[in-house]
Amino acid sequence: MPSTLFEKIWAAHQVVPETLDTPAVLYVDLHLTHEVTTPQAFTMLRERGLQVRRPDLTFATMDHSTPTDADQLFGRVPIKLVSAAKQIEQFDKNCKEFGIELLDVMHADRGIVHIIGPELGLTQPGKTIVCGDSHTSTHGAFGALAFGIGTTEVGQVLATQCLLQRKAKSLAVNVEGALPAGVAAKDLILAIIRTLGVSGGTGSVIEYRGSTIRALSMDERMTVCNMSIEAGARAGLVAPDETTFAYLKGRAHAPAGAAWDQAIARWRTLVSDPGAVFDREIHIDATQLKPMITYGTHPGMSVAIDEPIPNLLNDPVFQKSIDYMGLTPGQQMLGQKIDVVFVGSCTNARLSDLRAAAQVMQGRHVAPGVTCLIVPGSQAIKREAEREGLDKIFIAAGAEWRESGCSMCLGMNGDLVPRGAYCVSTSNRNFEGRQGIGSRTLLASPALAAASAIAGCVADPRALNA
Amino acid sequence: MEPITRIQSRTVVMPSTNIDTDQIMPARFLTTTTRAGIAKHLFADWRYDRDGNPIADFVLNQPEAIGCQVLVAGRNIGCGSSREHAPWGLYDFGFRAVISSEIADIFKNNSLKNGLLPIVVDETTLEWLLANPGALVTIDLERCTLTLPTGAVVQFPIESFARVCLLNGVDETGYLLSQNDAISQFEKHRA
Ligand code: SF4
Repeated sequence: MPSTLFEKIWAAHQVVPETLDTPAVLYVDLHLTHEVTTPQAFTMLRERGLQVRRPDLTFATMDHSTPTDADQLFGRVPIKLVSAAKQIEQFDKNCKEFGIELLDVMHADRGIVHIIGPELGLTQPGKTIVCGDSHTSTHGAFGALAFGIGTTEVGQVLATQCLLQRKAKSLAVNVEGALPAGVAAKDLILAIIRTLGVSGGTGSVIEYRGSTIRALSMDERMTVCNMSIEAGARAGLVAPDETTFAYLKGRAHAPAGAAWDQAIARWRTLVSDPGAVFDREIHIDATQLKPMITYGTHPGMSVAIDEPIPNLLNDPVFQKSIDYMGLTPGQQMLGQKIDVVFVGSCTNARLSDLRAAAQVMQGRHVAPGVTCLIVPGSQAIKREAEREGLDKIFIAAGAEWRESGCSMCLGMNGDLVPRGAYCVSTSNRNFEGRQGIGSRTLLASPALAAASAIAGCVADPRALNA
Repeated sequence: MEPITRIQSRTVVMPSTNIDTDQIMPARFLTTTTRAGIAKHLFADWRYDRDGNPIADFVLNQPEAIGCQVLVAGRNIGCGSSREHAPWGLYDFGFRAVISSEIADIFKNNSLKNGLLPIVVDETTLEWLLANPGALVTIDLERCTLTLPTGAVVQFPIESFARVCLLNGVDETGYLLSQNDAISQFEKHRA
């Protein structure tokens, strides 16, 4: 029987198949960990006298609560947030005690967990990948089955390298046609989420398919898969192809020599068979897309840049959201005054994202009164961007250039948007208070964020780039 | 874990849809390395004003909320971040069940592992519950039923294995550990 890509990966990792009474025991090929969602899992191991079963399949990085200020990060001055400093120290201790390789604060390969996995070649087609973090779906861009888990499950994977799982439903998102000039992968995924709704993917694994997806670079596919969870999906994936193989070749943990050829042969089979049946399918016409921006307090509340925000005043939830955002139903987002711009996060802090922002900012200056923070996704991306001189463009434009980490995506490390301030952010969540108490987040692509930094208000990057 | 078979409680109602885990437990409280005392941060930004004083008309600050074990929420509660701190906080506050017409996947999983029942009901039942805050409801995990004060009995789905674990007060980790031989076989076969 023809099967979907998801079914193939699922079948290859069932240690014990699912029955009516028990979920499948699913094997995990790669377990990524970070400082925030693991401390209580290590405590569980200690309490039960357990070891980490496969330290060789477990990798650790520090990203969520780490400072992006170089002095604090590299220990020249103490970390300001005492609880964050303690958590970082505890994670270091846990990794040492249990024999897990950690990219600590001084490590040259450190970065946001979903950026370094692919960068180091740890993320590979056909793998099952988990992490105590919902944006683990990012790794699906390589044709891996990758999803976020809770801390109890982190403990279970540390102890057994397995998880108890019920098989998800499958959802095909078919995207056809060329993306118009000036429309980014971020715009595409925001449009997909708007179509599906923030719970439209619940219980499902999405496979992104079609000519538009095939034409995307790996960076762009990661942006798309990253936000699968914002449609409620368990995971999102893209079948591997030549683009995937070209990205992985030569990476530190990618197979090499004869193993590479064998891997490629195996990876080529990781596609949904013709005639494979999905539980549900939707279709998107990429040629009609425009730059997108969110106006509300969940990622499904977005408009095209030239579209007014809707007027749903009989909906109390919409009303509450609009009140929080301080916006008016029916208004245009274009021209809305802003205070902060954040280019960063596992959604949009890869080299191509920084290039897109730099292209807009080159030779221009951030508008008076606007704070602009550029935070690369990893130390490797930071070095590469500096080699290209992107840092100079940002600094000359009046933006701040930081060390890598999650930073203002969730504001755990002290990088915060002030109360009531508007922030055009390339991250993935515009929830109330996500970037700081009372913060108002407008999600958009790096180009739109950069254009807005220059204009001091929400701006269409196509106008500035023209 | 304590076994759960039956919960009888008045409900606390939060009608908002899409209540994400950032609201349930804001990120700045995630730097904790334990679970102790986490209830005080539950819904912190909805519960306290900027000086840290309780906001009187927020539902969890009202006297009727004290001792309630059942939270009724608008569609799609628990979306967003995978942080298990969200169900930890709800449990620590005293909740033993969350009822909605849709519950996000990771939050649902995390809740089941912490003795917090995620109960998905149809829209009509949810509408009734949202319109009747403080209703005395009974949840029977043995029969998978929710009984309303009107006498209406609503069946709810729940993952069968998690249900058995909850009924017996055992956790899933023990079961996974007991699969050691099968896991070793699997690893050997793939090597
Ligand atoms: S960048 Fe944001 S979304 Fe990504 S892992 Fe960090 S906190 Fe989570």
